[in-house]
Amino acid sequence: MTYFVQTRTTISGVSTALGAAILFCLILLPFFAGRGLIQDMFTILTMLVLAQLWNLLAGYGGLVSIGQQAFVGMGAYTLFGVVILGGVDPVAATLCSGLGALVIAVPTAFFAFRLNGAYFAIGTWVIAEVVRLLVAQWKVLGGGTGTSLPRDATGNMWFVDGIKALLNIKTSAARDVLAYWLALALAVATIAGIYWLLRTRRGLALAAVRDNIEAAKSVGVDAARMKWVVFLTSAFGTGLAGGLIYMQKARISPDAAFSVTDWTAYVIFIVVIGGIGTIEGPILGVLIFVVLQSLLADFGSWYLLSLGLLAIVIMLVAPRGLWGLLSERTGLHIFPVQRRLHGLGLETSEE
Amino acid sequence: MIWVDTIAQGILLGGLYALFAAGLSLVFGIMRLVNLAHGDLIVMGAYLILVLVTLLGLSPFIAVLVAMPLMFALGWGLQKHLLNRTLGDDILPPLLVTFGLSVVLQNALLEGFSADSQRLPTDMLTTASVQIGSIALGVMPLLTFASAILVIICLNQIFYRTSLGRAFRATSDDPVTASLMGIKPNQVFAVATGIAMIIVTIAALYLGLRSNFDPNIGPARLIYAFEAVIIGGLGSLWGTLIGGIIIGVAQTVGAAINPEWQILAGHIAFLVVLLIRPRGLFPRAND
Amino acid sequence: MALLQTDELIAHYGDFQALFGVDITLNEAEVVAIIGANGAGKTTLMRSISGVLRNAAQAIKFDGAAIGDRPADEIMAKGLAMVPEGRRLFPSLSVEENLLIGAYGRKGEGHWTLDTVYNLFPILRAKRTNPGTALSGGQQQMVAIGRALMSNPRVLLCDEISLGLAPVVIKDIYKAVPAIKAAGASLIVVEQDIGQAMAVADRVYCMMEGQVTLSGTPASLSRDAIHDAYFGAVA
Repeated sequence: MTYFVQTRTTISGVSTALGAAILFCLILLPFFAGRGLIQDMFTILTMLVLAQLWNLLAGYGGLVSIGQQAFVGMGAYTLFGVVILGGVDPVAATLCSGLGALVIAVPTAFFAFRLNGAYFAIGTWVIAEVVRLLVAQWKVLGGGTGTSLPRDATGNMWFVDGIKALLNIKTSAARDVLAYWLALALAVATIAGIYWLLRTRRGLALAAVRDNIEAAKSVGVDAARMKWVVFLTSAFGTGLAGGLIYMQKARISPDAAFSVTDWTAYVIFIVVIGGIGTIEGPILGVLIFVVLQSLLADFGSWYLLSLGLLAIVIMLVAPRGLWGLLSERTGLHIFPVQRRLHGLGLETSEE
Repeated sequence: MIWVDTIAQGILLGGLYALFAAGLSLVFGIMRLVNLAHGDLIVMGAYLILVLVTLLGLSPFIAVLVAMPLMFALGWGLQKHLLNRTLGDDILPPLLVTFGLSVVLQNALLEGFSADSQRLPTDMLTTASVQIGSIALGVMPLLTFASAILVIICLNQIFYRTSLGRAFRATSDDPVTASLMGIKPNQVFAVATGIAMIIVTIAALYLGLRSNFDPNIGPARLIYAFEAVIIGGLGSLWGTLIGGIIIGVAQTVGAAINPEWQILAGHIAFLVVLLIRPRGLFPRAND
Repeated sequence: MALLQTDELIAHYGDFQALFGVDITLNEAEVVAIIGANGAGKTTLMRSISGVLRNAAQAIKFDGAAIGDRPADEIMAKGLAMVPEGRRLFPSLSVEENLLIGAYGRKGEGHWTLDTVYNLFPILRAKRTNPGTALSGGQQQMVAIGRALMSNPRVLLCDEISLGLAPVVIKDIYKAVPAIKAAGASLIVVEQDIGQAMAVADRVYCMMEGQVTLSGTPASLSRDAIHDAYFGAVA
């Protein structure tokens, strides 16, 4: 008697092909899209990265952080620091921003892991505030008012000349295209990385820790280590995204870079509305987020108000989000991570 | 002598933070729920008092008495119809729903009252001070501190001297067995949140009398409250007062050294306590 | 008419079915014992009657009213009090507070007050200010019984009150049963100790694998019949 464990589904084969096609179109997008669309797509992709990483923390790791803005801000300030003080090229500096986020992620985890559940959430928020207040004391980088990337650094960025020649556009537009391609690469790497992680033994261990920490320990899962791995991974990616976001903006201030609304509240709403604990959910969520944003852009605080209300309603009536509703109805999994056991005469149904 | 004055001001400021924190502590103690909208509810309470003062021409101290039953009803309804549905083994629903509520409240206040900062009208009493030895203490901070102590005494009386308090503690211990005693846990939770909202209203009065407020300051109040609760140890109301005092003193001492360090110093004090006493100064035995 | 009656009672824990159509009756002023091995469904039956587990409304009738779908707090208010398995005293409450909270949902007109409970279990009067959980197992069981009595129930459900106690302590606790009965309550006693159940009960039900396998008065049941009903007949 033989048996085998399978995670792939028929639909996921189809969607792999479809995904490749979509990715191909996205790579080629700057050849036929205007600058406005490229900027919007940049926002979508960076928010998607933040959402996937928060989802990894909260949806898969059970670590609800309200302090993601610490890593966005720290990543961004690291980029500005090495560009302004070290004279490094901004593109190379984005790589440093992930490391900058890690530098504060380690002490953050050290403190916040002493707190459980809801208190972990506020603990991460406190630490983000501390980092913001400390950075505001960093006078070389403008203190509380912030600073801009120097013109000669942004003007002579790597690849910008090539893109200008390739697409026949101005420097500022070429910078946006560069930022877009980097964001696309980061988004693909993030999704692929999380998908890979969840399909490895580690991913199983992660699910075990989330569902029942005691039971997971009893079968030999090192829960504390898993928490560290997930937290640092998420911080690193969030820092990279933060660096990229502010490389594109080219202007920074502590209040903006450490904004709990922009870098954590929106991100939480995207994940909750789309579907927490799935890879597809944040993708759906970010699309809904952008549509709502364009519809309600002129209504100021009504936009955030309605996002908040929508998130509350979804949390109460469909805790697995819109994607959860969809995949429940249709059995659709684009990124299947469930393991199905076949053979042994126990042909199981879905899940 | 300046240091004695600074520390005295800090202790009194701690009374305000204890008022911010007492409601949070109460709700957490009974139903293990951390309400991330707590700070925004305080700000909302301040606006409610402001509306009552402006519309009815009441003194803030009378307006707060009118606001209390309204806020109790709001808390009761909020718990009964929204928050009770989020309670359970999963920590995500209560956190995410109260976080959403926080954002909704902030933006509703922004729509209703704009981002301009407001203040409750002050009179002679609120600006007066008394001279004790060489230091001058404001009547308002003294009143705040006295209110904090009174609130904590009242809460302790309710907890340890009434049948409602026994129901609170029993439900906190074991909701299923409590229901076998005829206690409706959801009802008890609703009453607890209602009481927490009464404390929130008192905190809102002093928030509005002592400084300017605008719709965006809620989260910072939540953080101070949270730090006071953690420093004191979960479930200890007197510990919460001590926690508030530690944050208050750290802030005034920090501000005395450099005005930009005020908030930072409070957070640092919190992190230091977390480092040496992770369960707070007065932890409850059975947690 | 029976005071309390279950009719084809079925209960589930998620996908797992624990009761498969249980019929029992309890008459006014009666003591009924339910015996059975671990996992027979005795505690599930108690949890269903007391409202901790919800059932079909008509599956449980108390005093003629269908109560199967009512929550625990409502059932308690109607006069059905439970001494839960494992005593379940509230650790934050003192002995006296544990007793007082028993009367939270219903005081009832009747015999039982703090004073009469202390008379029933005199040792508790001396320990009244101690935390409930600081007492010995037998004393904790007395508090749990006293707590249930404080509502002056018409039916007292006792789930495994002798579990984990020394024989001499068990004897002490069962000495209270006649007084409880005399004060006007009918009792359902869940027991693993067959001898104890036979001694105290007017009628006995034996359960196995979620069903009643035998019932009758203690005198009418032979040892072999009970043995078969308890462990399953050896085929």
